[in-house]
Amino acid sequence: MERTHLKAFADAEEMEISFGPQHPSTHGVLRLMVKVDGERILDVKPIIGYLHRGTEKLFERETYNGCIPHTDRMDYTAAVTNNQGLVGAVERLMGITIPPRAAYLRMILAELQRLASHLVWLATHALDIGAQTPYFYCFEERDKILDLFEEYCGARLTTNCMRVGGMPFDLTPGWTDRCRAFIEQFPAKVSDWERLLTKNRIWRERTVGVGVISAADAIEWGLTGPPLRGSGVRWDIRKVFPYDRYDEVEFDVPIGTNGDTYDRYLVRMEEMRQSVRIIRQCLERLPDGPVMAKVPKIIKPPKGEVYFSVEAPKGELGYYLVSEGGDTPYRLHVRPACFINLQALPEMVRGQLVADLVAVIGTLDIVLGEIDR
Amino acid sequence: MAEEDKGAARASAPAGAPAGDPAAAPKAPWEDKPVTPVPHDAGAHPAVAELEAAVPGAVAEAVEMAGQVTVVVPLNRLLAACQALKEQLGYGFLVDLTVVDWPGREAGRFDVVYWLHRHRDESRLRVKVRVAEGQEVPSVTPVWKVANWMEREAFDMFGLYFGGHPNLERILTWEGFSGHPLRKDFPLEGIDTGAAIYPDVFPPGGGPVAGGGEE
Repeated sequence: MERTHLKAFADAEEMEISFGPQHPSTHGVLRLMVKVDGERILDVKPIIGYLHRGTEKLFERETYNGCIPHTDRMDYTAAVTNNQGLVGAVERLMGITIPPRAAYLRMILAELQRLASHLVWLATHALDIGAQTPYFYCFEERDKILDLFEEYCGARLTTNCMRVGGMPFDLTPGWTDRCRAFIEQFPAKVSDWERLLTKNRIWRERTVGVGVISAADAIEWGLTGPPLRGSGVRWDIRKVFPYDRYDEVEFDVPIGTNGDTYDRYLVRMEEMRQSVRIIRQCLERLPDGPVMAKVPKIIKPPKGEVYFSVEAPKGELGYYLVSEGGDTPYRLHVRPACFINLQALPEMVRGQLVADLVAVIGTLDIVLGEIDR
Repeated sequence: MAEEDKGAARASAPAGAPAGDPAAAPKAPWEDKPVTPVPHDAGAHPAVAELEAAVPGAVAEAVEMAGQVTVVVPLNRLLAACQALKEQLGYGFLVDLTVVDWPGREAGRFDVVYWLHRHRDESRLRVKVRVAEGQEVPSVTPVWKVANWMEREAFDMFGLYFGGHPNLERILTWEGFSGHPLRKDFPLEGIDTGAAIYPDVFPPGGGPVAGGGEE
């Protein structure tokens, strides 16, 4: 009698649980309304906006160089690539060609930033799934990268390190040597972490076959960056629309096959090695010369519109700039990679266990600062 | 060490330069004035011709600027054009969807801007549709699933209604927020959200944010 009652309860009950917004595995202030049947997820509804600061509205009253610090605060784990997208859009609309040294500096900093961002991803993703050890190793390496940023521009997190027309400063003496020393020891560290995880049975149990999305669905849902490449689509803005001097360096775009959490992990690990490869080539070829193009004191792009995107660590980060010829943007819209990637979350977790939800949030590598802007 | 050598080389370079004739050597692009791109008509562009052939009357205007093609589509042809763009022309990836507010414009207050990507030849196309205030835009979610959140954001920020959208709710601001922040007439300092949402609790101007917007 008692037992049938319990069985009926379990069958009939769909429960809604509120996941977040103050939960460490949501990587910020993300709230998910999860409809579950026991441990199975029936549906997920992400609720976002807790970190909305009206960045696009603020852009409209700032000068172009004044917009750059606002972009730092969007994806705060990858401020350099955010800066790069914005200055790229303004330069495209004004027809500015930046000096080669500035382009190479941008690439070095952007790839260092990709390493730093992927390190945050690996540390927190592994921690969420239960592997605590990589966290400390990853943050140690990330700290070395932030030291390099600090030496270059004085800031560690919100770098504000680019200007329309080039770079604000040249390198400090000895910076390249310290950068080279860092990247020479880095690939061995990546191998160490892979030894901790790649063949680890618990890691595989938690990631293989979790959060699968097919290549066709990934394109349909607009995924970009590692989530798209994990599904087997070889597509990278640095290759498709090369900006700065990415067409002059050699690197591979790694892809996965199954589109699951494990493949996305492998893709990002390989991307770190490729970033080291890019930085090494850039340091070898780093040309001499000015770091700033000849640009007017007051940046006034002509009337018109332009869209410019960069391959941020999280995916395609685009800026759509509409200018009316004034010294502030008429409209500056951000195409946030995380916002679009997060939209596919319900698709990826439907029918899986609640514990997998944590793994999929981690593998999407979202930053709420960019989602909410 | 190597860095200091380079620094010395850079320092000596300008000193050597005036010896030669500066006018003789062509200036590098970054030393010269930037060449600003100018918009020009793109009616003959292959992507535009393809669209016009697939959906007659879909192209009202075509402009190219900085290597990017913009097609203005009449509102009543939007859905047909989007379907043809995806299914016949192969633009399978909607990269971005956003709105630009032009208060007081005669052709309609808002531009809804779609930015499409085609993986076949890695080309991009901007589709633009002009919408008057209060006019409904057909939702493109049946064509590209990714448009769902983008249209919700456009609704939230600009108050545009997307007809046929499965779940048109506010996404970045909260339910019950009044006003649409990215409209040009929305005050930059914000509105008095307390009075706007709970007029019986907060007196006008007594809410959490001072400023006193109308909506």
